Parts: sequence; structure tokens; C-alpha cells
Amino acid sequence: MKRREFLKIAGISTILGLGGMSVVNELRKGSLEAAQYAPDPKTMAAKRWAMVIDMKKFKTADDYQKCVDVCHSVHNVPDIPDPKREIKWLWPEMFVHAFPAQEDLYLSEHYKHMPFLVTCNHCANPPCVRVCPTKATFKRMSDGIVMMDMHRCIGCRFCMAACPYGARSFNWQDPRPFIKRELNPEFPTRMKGVVEKCTFCYERLAKGLMPACVEASNGALIFGDVTEPNSEIRKVLNSNFTIRRRPELGTGPSVYYIIGGNEHA
Amino acid sequence: MLEKALTGSKTYWAWIFFLLAIIGVGFLCYLRQFSVGLGITGMSRDVSWGFYISQFTFLVGIAASGVMVVLPYYLHNYKAFGKITILGEFLAISAVIMCMLFIFVDMGQPLRVLNVILHPTFNSVMFYDMVVLSGYLLLNVLIGWTTLGAERKGIAPPKWVKPFIILSICWAPSIHTVTAFLYAGLPGRHFWLSAIMAARFLASAFASGPALLLILAFIIRRFTKFDPGKEAIQTLGKIVTYFMIANVFFLGLELFTAFYSQIPGHMHSFVYLYAGLEGYSKLVPLMWLSSILAVVALGLLVFPQIRRNETALAIAAIAVFFSLWIDKGFGLVIGGFIPNPFERVTEYWPTLPEFSISLAVWAFGFLVLTVLYKIAVSVKEQSGGEAVH
Repeated sequence: MKRREFLKIAGISTILGLGGMSVVNELRKGSLEAAQYAPDPKTMAAKRWAMVIDMKKFKTADDYQKCVDVCHSVHNVPDIPDPKREIKWLWPEMFVHAFPAQEDLYLSEHYKHMPFLVTCNHCANPPCVRVCPTKATFKRMSDGIVMMDMHRCIGCRFCMAACPYGARSFNWQDPRPFIKRELNPEFPTRMKGVVEKCTFCYERLAKGLMPACVEASNGALIFGDVTEPNSEIRKVLNSNFTIRRRPELGTGPSVYYIIGGNEHA
Repeated sequence: MLEKALTGSKTYWAWIFFLLAIIGVGFLCYLRQFSVGLGITGMSRDVSWGFYISQFTFLVGIAASGVMVVLPYYLHNYKAFGKITILGEFLAISAVIMCMLFIFVDMGQPLRVLNVILHPTFNSVMFYDMVVLSGYLLLNVLIGWTTLGAERKGIAPPKWVKPFIILSICWAPSIHTVTAFLYAGLPGRHFWLSAIMAARFLASAFASGPALLLILAFIIRRFTKFDPGKEAIQTLGKIVTYFMIANVFFLGLELFTAFYSQIPGHMHSFVYLYAGLEGYSKLVPLMWLSSILAVVALGLLVFPQIRRNETALAIAAIAVFFSLWIDKGFGLVIGGFIPNPFERVTEYWPTLPEFSISLAVWAFGFLVLTVLYKIAVSVKEQSGGEAVH
């Protein structure tokens, strides 16, 4: 065999080999879900997790700030003062910003300035997952949580363009120097160049704990399995009129809002 | 053939070193971006794609437009383009290389970029964009190099290359269609969520690409003994004219739908770009400059008497190129992010390091282009410019 021929064969087989592996990986997909160890018996399971935010129960600024603080502190979310660079998982927005298509000249001042907590909607049909070129963001088949793999994310930010809720933040720099609260060693910090967002506290659910914000909310946030007809969340949804952000886009958001009556009128 | 790029006049070498200097400055800026992160750019949580991705988008169009000279020559046997098909193919090569570099410098974790191949995701348009761009690069390298090699030897190109040429003609529109799909399929981004997006992309590509080719043809004629030919230049002018008209028409369709329907989400980005929104109007002067250039260009192009004057044609080509560069290489991408999903306005402007990196990518593209054109022109000067059929 001539040197030239050898190089040709070597080159072609390398290309085929690399391509071949990815085909095999793709075919294997779905045949098993990664589970290297038995699940914790305390783990809370659901077919589809969802959250109801009861605006009637938020009385003072402190009430929602408690939820934001606990979320950002257990997940080591940095405090970056520059709004262009900030990272946020859960935060308040006024009605006109949380529900932009619903603005009304005659909406009462009370509702206009009501701080709605906004976060990732863990959509049933998430556009971010659809566009991600590496499956770094994916919908967990077991319970519908839209997850992030920070080690796989290439930082292309396609998911940020795709998310109609502005729920995603990008690490424009190393976030670690900006973690002002006490570091939670139980939850990983992030590095520069990856996208992050709320993950419905999957790490707490695995230990049988409610999401941190729900726990801190004094009943203003209701969390549970919407596919379960007898769950508390379904009872709340049955007995209240709720709205969701931009449902017309077909994303199927899993975060519901109860607006309630205006006691301050 | 590469040896032909190693001998050249003083002007040639001065140009090469000028480009290398720009690349050097940009590379230093990139090293800083690599260590600090994309925070050195003007991008933000709200405008999460900026100059890099918008330049990428524009350059995919330039790459695709190579087909505008390849198609008439190979499918319609239009002989006047025989001399310049290679210029179109080599322009496509350098444009695709720039596209890939712009994607690379935009990555938050550039070392993980191969994850796109390791974990191929068939529902992501970005996966297909990678496939079509790499494929298009390979096709043009293969075709350009083979046909030029044959011309140097004074023989007809081998027969096996023909199917690849046909494939590349079909492939060219696909790269820009897929790039339009990056934008046109995103719920909640009204400015991009438009069925005409891909058509608009192609129209602007087939106007701006041949306009650039025209400018390059004028430069080549000035600095070398190779003449692309009067007829080829005039035909390119006609192509630019028709596609520029189509492009302006498509933009008009978008404006009609937005403003006659009066749906706020559909109007906001246009209002921001052309009039300013909530007191923010950083892009307004640029967008109007783009519109004025488009009007000037069309004024020169639609009248054959004026277009036949090569000075007027050159001015028109420059006007078309910059008009579309602003429109697609800046406004289209930035405008889609403003206002943000909370209907707040966060403005964007590239920083100096971001601009240097972008300039370096352009310089690298022009370096590749210069070397390829130097080779092509040297071969043409020897062969008299006529490919053997």
C-alpha cells in the first residue's frame, strides 16, 4: 500500500468512526434513562410539576422578597449590580411587564404595580429545549422539569432568544466573586459562559423537600403534580380563576397566577 | 497553485501585512474575551446576541450569493460569467470561513463547541446550520480548486465535478434558508416570526453578494491585468437591481402587516428601529442611513442608461452593500431583541474590543479572499481568462 492510499483510508475511517458513534448514541436514546442508583425513598415524584402563585397572599414587599432571597441563596445566584449582566432565577415584575399584552389604560393602580413573581415556566412544550443544539437544556421525561446541564452548555444563547418569558440568564463573566450571600456547598456554582435558570429545585425534590421559594412563601406559592386530580394544586386550580403568561404561544406554561380581589380599593 | 500567492507586488504585500495587523489586534482582544468572558462585549441579558451573530447572518448571505454567478454559467451556459464563477466560489469560501469564526467568537464556552457534533440534536436549527455551512464550504473548496486547477493546465475540468456543481447550486439557497429559520421559528419574537423571513434573507443576500462581487471585480480590474469583462459586470448589475427591488418590496410587506394590523408586538421593533421607542433611539440614524442608501442605489440601478455607466454602477454597488449591511448585519438581529419579553427597552452597542474582534474576523476573511483571488487572477492572467469548456 502506498503512503498516500494509507492516509486516505485512515482519514475516511476516522470520519466514519466519529460520525458512526453519534448515530449509535442517537439510536440508544430513550432505551434507558440514566439512573445509576436506587432513588431516595423520600423523593417526591410527579408526572408534571406545576406552581400556583396566589397574589392575594402577598401583602408586603417583604413577602415576595423572602422567596427571591431564599432561591438565590440556596442556588448560589450571584448579585451582579449591572442590570445588563445580572443573573436571576426568580424576581418580581409589575403586571404590565409580566403580562405585556394585557395592559389596560384603566387598570387599577393596585394591579398595575402589583409585583408578580416571575420565573421559568417549565413549559410543557419548551421552545428553549427545541432550539438547544447540544441538549444542554432538556425536559426531564419523568416529571416535566426543564433542566440545565451546565457542563454541556456551549453558551450559544439560542435558548435565550427562544424563551418568550425572559427566564434565562447568561454568565457574561465569572459569577463566583459576586456571590455575596453565604455559599451553599450543597449546590454547584456556575462558571462563565453558560446559561442558567430556575430548575424547580430538582435537588430538593430529590430529598423530599418542597422548592425553597414555596417553603418560604407562607402558602402563597402552591406546588404540586397537576396530573394528580386529588393534589392540593388541582384543588386550588379548581376553586380559583388563574391566568398564565403568554399561553397563546402554545408553550404550555406550568406557572399559574391567582389575581384575586382588590382589598385595597 | 498556492505558490502563486507567495509572489506579488509591494502593494500586495502591504495589503497582506495590513490585514495581519488587524487580525493581530483582534486576536489580542479575543484572548481577553476568552479569559474574562463575553462580558467585554456590549451584549446583555436582554440583547443576548449582538454584532458577532448579526455579522454571521449577513455573511451567510454573501456566501450563498456565489450561486448567482455559478447558476447562469453552469445551468444556462451563460459564457460571460465563465471568467468570474471562480470569483464567486472563492468569495463563498471566505464568507463561510468568516461565518464560522463569528459563531466561534460568540460562544460562551468555545472549547465545548464540538458538543454540537458529539450530541447531534435534530430538533435544533443550529445543528442543521452547522451541517449546511460545513457542506457548502467543502463543496466550494472542491469545485473552485478543481476547476481552477484544470484551467491552469489548459484542460476542461473533470466530468465528476459537474454533479458537485449542481449540488452546490441547490445547496446555496439552503444555507441562507436555514439561517433564516434560526430566527423565524421563535415564539414570542414577533419581529422575526415571519413566514417571509427566509425569502427576505435570500433577496437581500442576492443583492448584497453580487454587489460585493461587483466592487471586487472593479478592484481586480484596476490592480491586475485580468478583466472580468464589461458584459459580466453589467449582468451582475442587473442581478443586484432585481434582488434589491425584491428586498425592499419584502421589507414593505413586513411593514404593511405590522402597521395595518396595528398589533403592538408586531410594530414595536420597527418603531424602535426607525423612530425610537420609549425615548431610546440609538439605532435610528443607522436605519435611516440604510434606507437612504437603498433609495440612492435603486435610483441609480433601475435606469439602464445610468446603470451602464460603470462609475454610477460602482457607487450603486457600494450603496447596496452598506445599506444591506446595516439592515441585516445589525438592525435585523438587534431589533428582534428590542423590546425584551417584558416590553422594556435595553439598548445595545458593540464595545471597542467586540468591534476589534469582528474587524479581525473580516480581516481574516479578506486575507483568505486575497490569497485565493491572487491565485485565481495569476492563473487567469496566464490563460487569458477563458476557462476551457
